[in-house]
Amino acid sequence: MFDVVVLFFGLGVLARWVKSDLRLPEALYETLSIYLLLAIGLKGGLELSRQPLAALLPEVAACLAMGFLIPFLLYPLLRALKLPAPDAAAVGAHYGSVSVVTFAVATATLTRQGIAYESHAPLWVAVLEGPGLVAGILLARRAQRGSAVAQGAPGSRWSELLHDVLFGKSVLLLLGGLAIGAVAGDGGVAPIAAVFITPFKGMLALFLLELGLVAGARLAEVRRFGLAVAVIGLGAPPVLALVGAAVGWALGLSTGGVAVLATLAASASYIAAPTAMRIAVPQANAALSITAALGVTFPFNIVIGIPLYIELAKRLGP
Amino acid sequence: MTTKYRKTQLVIVAEAALEKALVRDACALGAQGWTVVDVRGAGREGVREGAWEADRTIELKLICDEAVADAIAEQVMARYAADYSVSLTFSEVRVLRPDRF
Repeated sequence: MFDVVVLFFGLGVLARWVKSDLRLPEALYETLSIYLLLAIGLKGGLELSRQPLAALLPEVAACLAMGFLIPFLLYPLLRALKLPAPDAAAVGAHYGSVSVVTFAVATATLTRQGIAYESHAPLWVAVLEGPGLVAGILLARRAQRGSAVAQGAPGSRWSELLHDVLFGKSVLLLLGGLAIGAVAGDGGVAPIAAVFITPFKGMLALFLLELGLVAGARLAEVRRFGLAVAVIGLGAPPVLALVGAAVGWALGLSTGGVAVLATLAASASYIAAPTAMRIAVPQANAALSITAALGVTFPFNIVIGIPLYIELAKRLGP
Repeated sequence: MTTKYRKTQLVIVAEAALEKALVRDACALGAQGWTVVDVRGAGREGVREGAWEADRTIELKLICDEAVADAIAEQVMARYAADYSVSLTFSEVRVLRPDRF
């Protein structure tokens, strides 16, 4: 049986499909996404306050490396699918980066099934956001060497791109929440738990309703791009989940932790990546990446993928 | 009768991702102020509903001398038109304090 939040996603897709006039105000979408990022960070931060930071360094290094290498792994495969170089680089970046909501659904599923996972896992999410984007940009630049980016064009400055990645809302709020949780500890967070901890799942459900509406619109686009988008959207997650599970297993993570890392590797960003790629790789077809990431991969992961990744983690053993 | 002065209003509709770059370019080329509103709509490239980050569209309004508006428009076309959907319109407006535009 699906986690209840997934049903809300289904309702959103249905609303779009039957052409309902349901539309969540943009301000609510914005508010919910800020809330989820902060709340996820805070929860992870609480756990962080109980751990020696140095012990987490191997995990952080492994996440950085994994996020960075995924686009390089996907690039030749995407090129083999006849994707133009900028599109292959941009799609790679989307999959190298991660989806916070997919993470939230995975952890909710694990909790419901009583499978423990590392509570500081949000740190992995924050670390995994950026490297894939950088790798995607590197790939795009390498492909277009010679036809240099127009001087002064928005995507031509590395410092600006790094600034946008590091201080973009997802990384800022996740790391900010982690830091606040770690500094404040259980006692400090207790007074705000009624807002940030207890109602989390209800908020997640509401956000998934909105994402269902957005993804529903993207589903219609799948037909426009045809087979390539379906192959990417359905093919990339299982392959990348194996990579994530292998990394998690090598790090000696718990069963839940392996499942979370597999899910993160399999997920594709639709918040940080589209914005960053639009600026850094303007030649890439933005609709293609978004349709694959949000229209195909996101629903696949929350409905079919996550249960598979949990099963995979169980098979790998603790 | 209040004295009014002629200026050019340049309205640029573009993907929200371009906002920072457009504002920077416009100011560098002599625009003294700008107004941005979020909009939604459709064009040749499809519908943009503005429901989430990657789907947002802005309307940047600039009021300036005609020469400045032309220079900004030229740069926008050269830098962004190939890869982004942008639409530019010019109109004549009248203002009360010309030194502010």
